[in-house]
Amino acid sequence: MSGRIEKAFLRARKARRAAFIPYITAGDPVPARTVVLARALERAGADILELGVPFTDPIADGPTNQRAAERALAQGTSLTGVLGLVRELRFSSELPVVLFTYFNPVHAYGLARFAVDAAAAGVDGVLFTDVPVEEAGPAHEALRRVGVELVLLLAPTSTRERVKAVRKLAGSFVYFIARTGVTGARAALEEGLEEQVRLVRKLAKSRVAVGFGVSTPEQVARIARFADGVVVGSVLVDRIGELGDVPELPGEIEALARSFAVATRRR
Amino acid sequence: MKPVPDSRGYFGPYGGRFVPETLMAPLAELTAAWQESRRDRAFRRELAGLLATYCGRPTPISRAARLTQHLGGAQVFLKREDLCHTGAHKINNAVGQCLLARRMGKVRVIAETGAGQHGVAVATAAALFGLRCRVYMGTEDERRQALNVYRMKLLGAEVVGVDAGARTLKDAINESLRDWVTNLATTHYVLGSVLGPHPYPVMVREFQSVIGSEALLQIRSQHRSLPNLVVACVGGGSNAAGIFSAFVPHRQVELVGVEAGGRGTRLGEHAARFAGGSPGVLHGTRSYLLQDQDGQVVPTHSVSAGLDYPAVGPEHAFWHDSRRVSYVRVEDREALDAFHLLSELEGIVPALETAHAVAYVARVAPRMGSGQAVLVNLSGRGDKDVVEVARLEGVKL
Ligand SMILES: Cc1ncc(COP(=O)(O)O)c(C=O)c1O
Repeated sequence: MSGRIEKAFLRARKARRAAFIPYITAGDPVPARTVVLARALERAGADILELGVPFTDPIADGPTNQRAAERALAQGTSLTGVLGLVRELRFSSELPVVLFTYFNPVHAYGLARFAVDAAAAGVDGVLFTDVPVEEAGPAHEALRRVGVELVLLLAPTSTRERVKAVRKLAGSFVYFIARTGVTGARAALEEGLEEQVRLVRKLAKSRVAVGFGVSTPEQVARIARFADGVVVGSVLVDRIGELGDVPELPGEIEALARSFAVATRRR
Repeated sequence: MKPVPDSRGYFGPYGGRFVPETLMAPLAELTAAWQESRRDRAFRRELAGLLATYCGRPTPISRAARLTQHLGGAQVFLKREDLCHTGAHKINNAVGQCLLARRMGKVRVIAETGAGQHGVAVATAAALFGLRCRVYMGTEDERRQALNVYRMKLLGAEVVGVDAGARTLKDAINESLRDWVTNLATTHYVLGSVLGPHPYPVMVREFQSVIGSEALLQIRSQHRSLPNLVVACVGGGSNAAGIFSAFVPHRQVELVGVEAGGRGTRLGEHAARFAGGSPGVLHGTRSYLLQDQDGQVVPTHSVSAGLDYPAVGPEHAFWHDSRRVSYVRVEDREALDAFHLLSELEGIVPALETAHAVAYVARVAPRMGSGQAVLVNLSGRGDKDVVEVARLEGVKL
C-alpha cells in the first residue's frame, strides 16, 4: 500500500485539522485541465483528491455533477483516459487520489486489469457510488492485491449491521453521506449529523470523512469539529461549469478551494 | 439446485443490488414487506379481488382466426392484456405495488414511464388508494406519447419531464432513483418492469405471473394442449416474464422474446440488448447492456417508447444464457406493418411494443404446421400510438 492516504490523515490530524478532500470530475471542462486543477487544489490545501470518473447515468448525483459528467464525456473522457491523467499528475505530485466512480466503466474495463492499471498509475483508493458492501467482495479483493484502498460509503439510513459489515472491508476511512439524497450543494446540514458520525466512527472503527451537500466554509468548520475529513464537491464543480476552459480557471478554483481548506482547522 | 433468484437477487451471474448505500435500507424494507405480504392471506385475497373486480381479470385468450388464415400456418392465439383496465399488462404490477406501498405506510408513489402505460397504471392505482403520485418521463417520450401524459394528469398525477440524456425511459429511471433516495420516508418507487435492484425483478415478475398462470389453463382448455411457441415483446421484460414464467418448466414449449431492432443493426440504432450488448451494470442490476468499450451506456432507438431501453431484466439474461428463451429482433418497419395487420384482420389495434411480438409471429407462423399453436402476449392496446403512427406515416389528422 502506498500509504499516501494514511499519511494525509495523520498530517492533517497533527496540524489540528480535518483532512480537506475536494472533488472534481476528471475531464471537466477538458482533460487537459485536470492535472492543472489538481495541482491548484493541492496548493489550496487539499489533503486528498477525489477524482470523479464520468458516467452516462450517474444516479447518485444531482444536476451539478451530471452536467460535469456530460461535459467530460463530450470531451472524450474515458476510464483509460482518467488513469492516464493520474499517471500524469504523479510526475509532479504526491497528492493522494481516490477515484469516485460508478461500477460499469470498471466492469467493462475488467476489474482485475483495472486494479493493476490503477495501482500502476498511482491511484490510492477507489470509491464506487453504486457498489454497497454486499457487492464489494470482488472489488475489495482485486484492489487489495495491488495495494489500493476500497473506500466504502455509509449513509444516515445504514443499519448497525451494515456499518459493521463495512468495517471488515474498509481501508483508512469510510465516506459518510451527510444526507439522504443525491450530490449537490445544500444550504443546511442535516440535523443529528454529529451523533451519526460519532456512532459510525465507533461501530466502523474507522476514520470518517463527510460529504454530499457540503457547500459553505461554515459547514466545513462545523463538520471539521467531529469528522476526520470533509469532502467538498458540487460548489467547486459548479464554479468549473460557470467558468469553462478559461485561463483564470485554476486560479479561481484555487482561491475558492482555499476558503474551504482554511475552514478545516479545528479551533 | 440453487433457488433462482438467490437471496441476494442473483439469477446466475445476473441481478444483484448495485445501488448507492442510502438505498440499501429501503430495499431491505421493501423486500421484507413484500415477503410478508406474499404469506399474508388477506393481502393475497385483496390483490386477487382487485385484479378481478377492478382490472378486469382474467383476460381472455382470443383465437385470431383471420390472422391465422392470412398467415397460413400455425394457429395464433392472443392473450388479451390489452383488455386490462388502462389498456396494458402494467396495471397488474402497479396495483400490486401500490397495495404494498399502502401496507408499508407510504403516502406517495413515484414511477418512471416510457410508453406512458406504466405511468398511467400507477397514476390509476394511486388514485384508487389515495396516494400522491409523481411520474417521470423523458421529454422525447412525452412528445410521442402525449395522450398518456394528459391521461396521467387527469388521474391526478404530476408528470415531470426529464430533459437529460436520450430523454427516454433510461433517463426517467435515473430521475426516479434520485427522487426516491431523497424522499425515502414517505415514498415508494413503483418500478415498472423486471429491472432494477433486488427485489424488483423477482417481485415484478411475480405480480405479472398472473398472465402466465391464466394463459396456461386457458390455452389447455381452448386448444386442448400446450402451445408450441409463446411470444412476447421485451422492453424491460415484464410482460414477457409474466407469461413465460408459467411455461418455463414445460420444456417442449418454445419461448421467444422480441426486442426492438429499431432502424438497423449499428450500435445506437436499436434496442436489441442480446444481439448488440454485453453484460454490464445499469440501474442497480447486472444484465445485458448496450454500452461502448468504455462502459458508457449508448443511446438506443425504437419506434416504440416502451422497448427503447439499453438494458434488460436480469432473469431474461439468465434465460438467454441458459438457452431456455431465444431473443430475436424486429425492426421498426416490420412492427409498423404488424400494427396495421392486426388492426385490419382482427379488429385489435396493438401497442407499438406489442406489434413487435405480432411481427415475429407473422414471420414464423407461416413456416409452422396448422396443427401447431402460437400464443402471443398481446401486452397492450395501441390507442396511445395512433397519433404517432399517423405522424410517422405522414397522415394529417
Ligand atoms: C403495451 C406494452 N407492452 C410492453 C411494454 C414493455 O415493457 P415490458 O417489457 O416490461 O413488458 C410496454 C412498456 O411500456 C408496454 O406499454
